[in-house]
Amino acid sequence: MVTLQINGQSHTVDAPDDMPLLWALRDIVGLTGTKFGCGIAQCGACTVHLDGKAVRSCLLPVGSIGNRAITTIEAIGDTPNGAKIQKAWLDIEVVQCGYCQSGQIMSATALLNRTPNPDDSDIDAAMAGNICRCGTYVRIRQAIKNAAKSV
Amino acid sequence: MSMSSKSVAAAGLSRRRFLQVGTAAGGGLMLGFQVNGALAQSAAPKKYILNPNAFIAIAQDGKVTFQIPQEEMGQGVYTSLSQLLADELDVDLANVTPLPAPPSDALYASPKSRRQSTGGSTSIRGFYTALRQVGASGRAMMIQAAAQQWGVSPASLRTDAGKVIDDAHGGRTLSYGALAPRAAKLPAPQDVTLKADKDLKYIGKSVKRLDTPDKVNGKAQYGIDMRMEGLKVGVIAAAPVVGGKVAHVDDGKLKAMPGLQLVVLDDLVAVVGPNFWAAKKGMDALAIKWNDGENAKINSDAIWRDLERGTQQKGAVAKEEGDVEKALKGDRFDAAYEMPFLAHAPMEPQNFTVHVKKDGSCELWGGTQVQTATVKAASDALGVAPEKITFHNFMLGGGFGRRLATDMVTKSVRVAQKVDGPVKVIWTREEDIQQDMYRPAYRNAMSASLTKDGKIDGWTHRIAGGSVIAAITGGKPLKDGIDGDAVEGAVNNPYAIANQRIEYVQTEPKALNLGWWRGVGPNNAIFAIESMMDDLAKKANKDPVAFRLAHLGNEPRLKAILQIAAEKSGWGGKLPARTARGVCSQHAFGSYIATVADVEVTEMGKVNIRRVTSIVDAGRTVNPDTIAAQVQGGLLFGMTAALYGTITLKDGRVQQRNFNDYRMMRINETPQIDVQVVASTEDPGGIGEPGCSAGPPSLVNAIFAATGVRIHRLPIDRTLLASRKIA
Repeated sequence: MVTLQINGQSHTVDAPDDMPLLWALRDIVGLTGTKFGCGIAQCGACTVHLDGKAVRSCLLPVGSIGNRAITTIEAIGDTPNGAKIQKAWLDIEVVQCGYCQSGQIMSATALLNRTPNPDDSDIDAAMAGNICRCGTYVRIRQAIKNAAKSV
Repeated sequence: MSMSSKSVAAAGLSRRRFLQVGTAAGGGLMLGFQVNGALAQSAAPKKYILNPNAFIAIAQDGKVTFQIPQEEMGQGVYTSLSQLLADELDVDLANVTPLPAPPSDALYASPKSRRQSTGGSTSIRGFYTALRQVGASGRAMMIQAAAQQWGVSPASLRTDAGKVIDDAHGGRTLSYGALAPRAAKLPAPQDVTLKADKDLKYIGKSVKRLDTPDKVNGKAQYGIDMRMEGLKVGVIAAAPVVGGKVAHVDDGKLKAMPGLQLVVLDDLVAVVGPNFWAAKKGMDALAIKWNDGENAKINSDAIWRDLERGTQQKGAVAKEEGDVEKALKGDRFDAAYEMPFLAHAPMEPQNFTVHVKKDGSCELWGGTQVQTATVKAASDALGVAPEKITFHNFMLGGGFGRRLATDMVTKSVRVAQKVDGPVKVIWTREEDIQQDMYRPAYRNAMSASLTKDGKIDGWTHRIAGGSVIAAITGGKPLKDGIDGDAVEGAVNNPYAIANQRIEYVQTEPKALNLGWWRGVGPNNAIFAIESMMDDLAKKANKDPVAFRLAHLGNEPRLKAILQIAAEKSGWGGKLPARTARGVCSQHAFGSYIATVADVEVTEMGKVNIRRVTSIVDAGRTVNPDTIAAQVQGGLLFGMTAALYGTITLKDGRVQQRNFNDYRMMRINETPQIDVQVVASTEDPGGIGEPGCSAGPPSLVNAIFAATGVRIHRLPIDRTLLASRKIA
């Protein structure tokens, strides 16, 4: 049994310590917005926040998390930067198939959390870990800039 | 103005059609159509009736539901097909809910492909006129119902946003919801007039997508997100060599792990557990020995040699015009261009949830591009009638052709047969990449001759490669030896060439299963043709754009956008050191695209794409912003393949495993991409795929311009670029 702080609620999860957070979220807690893409932290589809910072949940054992606050895509819209990013995404229709976009939005929100006005190289550094097969990168870059400018 | 007869014919819809009316649950209207009844019906399974013959359902509270026959996999089809219906029906798009149509070729086959299938960039081409007619019929029935209720002439009534309005009587109104029960009892009109272009409200406008709000908050459900009481999760390992069998499974360690079930079939092993992680740990604890069979001797080198031998033979002639032999006696140039095997790697790994029930029925949940073929795959695997199968389809986390195949359905069903209760079978990324239905490798052997004034006189294009059409028809011999997909783009080469011959040599790789991959045959043909055109321009000492324009006399639409692309990209203008421009002009899937890429090649041979300009003529548009998005994404899909994509074999095994060694372009490598969609009143073209074909040629032609090095085989071998001095 592991106790996790997920989206502001405490969850006691029947999972071994070595289970990656991704599978605890998806298969046990039932939060399926966080996606499985590669299982080796290469694609970013599984990105969630730990205390507001982006982490890859597919390699993060639940036993290592402790009391740190986990935020998933389901609750990121409750944060100011998360809401800005979601709006910016819809305003310019970033999304195609959408499967990677939970991870993209979590990475982009974490970027704004630490760098309110990111330039192109900040965006490259923060977002290069998130693969999109539909090729929405051009719009992701623009949407991050739009979100940073919005109030 | 109604649609011209040319447009109707081109959209593949016979004027003889059958509109059907039914009553929706709650007494509303349901309206559907059958296209070319006989054809659709003869190909159709007996019946899978969940929600019969309906595209439109209008409830009494006015809520409008559209059953969308095509799968949403990111291309925006839920929105664009809804635009067609909503505009002609005259309802507010904000009041529309698109839902996935159930599997039925009889009701939902594309008028173009004659199957319920989302592929070949056919959604808009197939349904453009058909769904407008369905919508217009629904509107006519609402007017008829209101005319009956008020006792007035239908001609005196008009509609606006879900209401019928009677201006002659003080502008009284009846809502569609209120009229739906009466309308449902009316016969559907067989001839309707479509809106004039000037009256269109949604068609041709960049409206907001209907599927995206739930894709930014985690609510959208893909097949892999399926959850239900008692659901187990399975992880599979199929024979790593095609044709291989399980020899022995040592499950000593697995036995010590509680709650796991081992499933051993002829050619695959699965571990089923309470969740993915438990099942994956169980799989990792197994020691599986395989009998690899004959294909374990096959390596990539042998396949390339076979393809080379293939192009040394005479092939089946797909097209011949003029006197090729005579023309090629002139100033002749020969070249070969090669394309590797490719995996699809959609972001959502393959998966299907299956419940094989004790009464012999079966329920399926998952994402597919082929709803009816999915039902057939399950019914074949179980040996039960299709009526026993219930299929619930989901959004797709990427398709790209991978989900036109049904191997993932078959495998999941076979595992589920051994499991008590529902099981979600999930492919690891490694399994997804190593057990794909791969884009065939191709070799193009080409010859051309030039006249004294630098025009192409003779042209031969011989394509050797495996046949996807043969693969999907169970290895049946090809008609006249020709795979129509493999030569697509080659037989309709847009350039005016008086003497030409196009041949195909079926050269099967044996050790890999083949499938459709975004852009299909034209990817290969366009890469070869556009590389050859660049080489010939150089040989003729002409500018690559000018050389193409000189051969586009029969293709005014392509000529026009190529001129725009040259202008917008600054073709011929100055660029930074080690940077050059490359061009690609193409006609594929009914759309025209002209593309210019600005590419830098560093001294180390690194390729940096700086900017891409694409001008698109896709005919009449439904949602121009979606077209731009598809071309932006398609370019990157193609360029990713050109930069990194290759599937190689060693001892019959696929060597690539995951995104670390089957690489994707990332945001830091992505150039500025400017896409302009030109206005057109021509028939709508397809757009999901052609952007993909435009990427690689513009990229390699820019590299050629920057370095003088011609890339003959994809992916681009950077060592070739590092070894040369930059021009």
